[in-house]
Amino acid sequence: MDPLLLARIQFGANISFHILFPTITIALGWVLLFFKVKYNRTRDEAWMNAYRFWVKVFALSFALGVVSGITMSFQFGTNWPGFMERVGNIAGPLLAYEVLTAFFLEATFLGIMLFGFRKVPNWVHTLATFLVAFGTTMSAFWIIVLNSWMHTPTGFELRQGVAFATDWWAIVFNPSMPYRLTHMLIASGLTCAFLIAGLSAFRWLRHDRGPDVMAALRTGVLLGAALIPMQIFVGDLHGLNTLKHQPAKVAAMEGNWETRGNVPLVLFALPNERERRNDYEISIPNGASLILKHDPAGVIPGLNEFVGPEGQRLHPPVAPVFFAFRIMVGIGMLMLLVSWFAGWRLWRKGDITVPLAWVLVGMTFAGWVATLSGWYVTEIGRQPWLVTGVLSTAQAASNVSGGMIASTLTMYLLIYALLITAYVSVLFHLAGSGTKAVATPSGAGVAGSGGAPVQPSGVTAKDS
Amino acid sequence: MFSYLDGQTLPLIFAALMGVSILAYVILDGYDLGVGMLMADATRPERDRMVATIGPFWDANETWLVLGIGLLLVAFPAAHGMVLTALYLPVALMLLGLTLRGVAFEFRVKAQAQYHRWWDWAFIGGSALSSVTQGYMLGLYIMGFEGGLVAQLFALGAGLGLAAAYTFVGATWLIGKTEGELQKRAVWWARLTLMLTAVGMVAVSLATPLVSPRIFERWFSFPNIIGLAPIPLMTGALFMAIWVFLKRMPRADHSLDFVPFMGAVSLFMLGFLGLAYSFYPYVVPEKLTIWQAASAPESLFIILMGALVVLPFIAAYTAFSYYVFRGKATELRYD
Repeated sequence: MDPLLLARIQFGANISFHILFPTITIALGWVLLFFKVKYNRTRDEAWMNAYRFWVKVFALSFALGVVSGITMSFQFGTNWPGFMERVGNIAGPLLAYEVLTAFFLEATFLGIMLFGFRKVPNWVHTLATFLVAFGTTMSAFWIIVLNSWMHTPTGFELRQGVAFATDWWAIVFNPSMPYRLTHMLIASGLTCAFLIAGLSAFRWLRHDRGPDVMAALRTGVLLGAALIPMQIFVGDLHGLNTLKHQPAKVAAMEGNWETRGNVPLVLFALPNERERRNDYEISIPNGASLILKHDPAGVIPGLNEFVGPEGQRLHPPVAPVFFAFRIMVGIGMLMLLVSWFAGWRLWRKGDITVPLAWVLVGMTFAGWVATLSGWYVTEIGRQPWLVTGVLSTAQAASNVSGGMIASTLTMYLLIYALLITAYVSVLFHLAGSGTKAVATPSGAGVAGSGGAPVQPSGVTAKDS
Repeated sequence: MFSYLDGQTLPLIFAALMGVSILAYVILDGYDLGVGMLMADATRPERDRMVATIGPFWDANETWLVLGIGLLLVAFPAAHGMVLTALYLPVALMLLGLTLRGVAFEFRVKAQAQYHRWWDWAFIGGSALSSVTQGYMLGLYIMGFEGGLVAQLFALGAGLGLAAAYTFVGATWLIGKTEGELQKRAVWWARLTLMLTAVGMVAVSLATPLVSPRIFERWFSFPNIIGLAPIPLMTGALFMAIWVFLKRMPRADHSLDFVPFMGAVSLFMLGFLGLAYSFYPYVVPEKLTIWQAASAPESLFIILMGALVVLPFIAAYTAFSYYVFRGKATELRYD
């Protein structure tokens, strides 16, 4: 097989696996801080019990994020040596700032946040929770800066094919950064909201309906209901920004082949790249022109604009971008429907119903699917470029043989499949033994089932 | 005012920073990985206590690897590509080991009870695989990434040597962080692994000048040999001193429990010094010097400014974390 394609699949598999966990921890850190502050204010044990359950989910997710992130820092070099050789002067400082300002901060205070509750004053524990949440968000900031710069590079000059920074302000605040960062942070909030709502609904279905479970359920549902309209709005702005800077990507997202006005909004189609048209298209007339140009006659560049003089394709592969975009939007709409309906139920009746609980359980990982789809849209949509207009993906590849990549790829895929399975099943296991997990301290030192239940109310008051 | 921070001095500063990061990683994650390997010879309750000694620290310890490899990536991009492409397979295996070890911290207590033992073995196996592959890569690096049977055997030997050294520093860490029966076992482990470490260190030190004429020249030409003699002499003396001290352990008075660990750290520093002297000024042995591989001075400058501001904070809160979890390890609990 083609080593370039294998290298891309390998890196894609690793980065897809990795993003699942930061997407949870970025927002979950802030939700934990919310639980902790609520507890500090009200002294209501429900909030502290919610904290104790969700901090375990955080610890597990964080560990998976760390190990897959370390793998990534090596794969930059093993898979894309050309990347650092050509744009290392820009990517380097951004990655270095991520390690220096985020990684050490979150890793160090995580220890205090997880195991320090009895060892430090309560306010230091709250501060540690804040610093971990702040660290994960800083990490997201720096990596999104670098990723956005790869989409919309500014503030540099090329000397003999190598990029040199000329304006760091322009590099950090490159045109697509504010949109991508906001879009990703809200995506993290939504992923976390539906995870919390889903696992809490699972506990509710198992008649584990204590005040801590209900508090977490309400937090998840309301967070989702509040964020999803914001996400639709920000996503629209991000799309307009992409139209300005990467029109070929938007053309693939919309399945629009010809540059024209009155572009329809394609709901479904099978993009046919050989014939350069859509098969079985179902569309709303003028829809895309209205959304992207706010004018039914608005002219939008089509894919045929991005074909070289000898017929070479200068736009991304259409079908993956087209379908990934529809999956992301479809899940967004479903999230709107479910979170608003569940929010209304909780507001009017104060409780959920069994069918609604099952829907929430079914959507526990909906945020993962939407986030991955969104990243596939933007990353596949950047092809054939690695850094738009500066460096193509093929130029950055290494000369490692296809067989070598294939063998390590198999190893990575197996271990990722194992870890995902273990992660999901352990989350439901923790939720299934929820009440027990709160009452019995877990972690090292508690061998088997011998640990005596700790009275939840007696543990915390003295630490204030 | 920063005119002396130019294309001559900046690569040197970054080589030093990278060296310090790698040394910090080898010592800090070294004790984590060593404790992980020693868990093979422990019962489940003992394993819980052993994990409790490293639980609050391991994540930050592993970050030094990210910083070290990150500095190689950002400061010496040309070397980064060359080194990691040459080490493609061992890097992948090391990552597999680190992945298994890292997630096992969580899964070994959070998974369904029937899988706890599986994850214990993932912890042990992952620690062993990471340690051996790291030493193996060091061996290949010393050999200048040559192929051939001799290079492979030498690298494999270095892999086992580093694994022995990690178990030694792990055992001394346990002496400091535990008491009672487990501490007694840790003393026994430390004595055993100290001997293995000595064998490994002597073998690598003797083999290195034999396989590399340049390194032979560096160490054994006159007058270098006189100036450098203190390094091996101090190392030998330190080995003897640790051996004698361990003979008198465990002691009723716990105030000196961290002395063997300090001894282990000193051994690592001496070994590191010897290696650094052997390779300077190359970042890829015999192929690229640190100046040939360095990024643009402007980019290095901006990273250095950030590092100078942030590193004191990192040092401060790392110290705070060790202060919070000082003394003998207690069970890890969330409440």
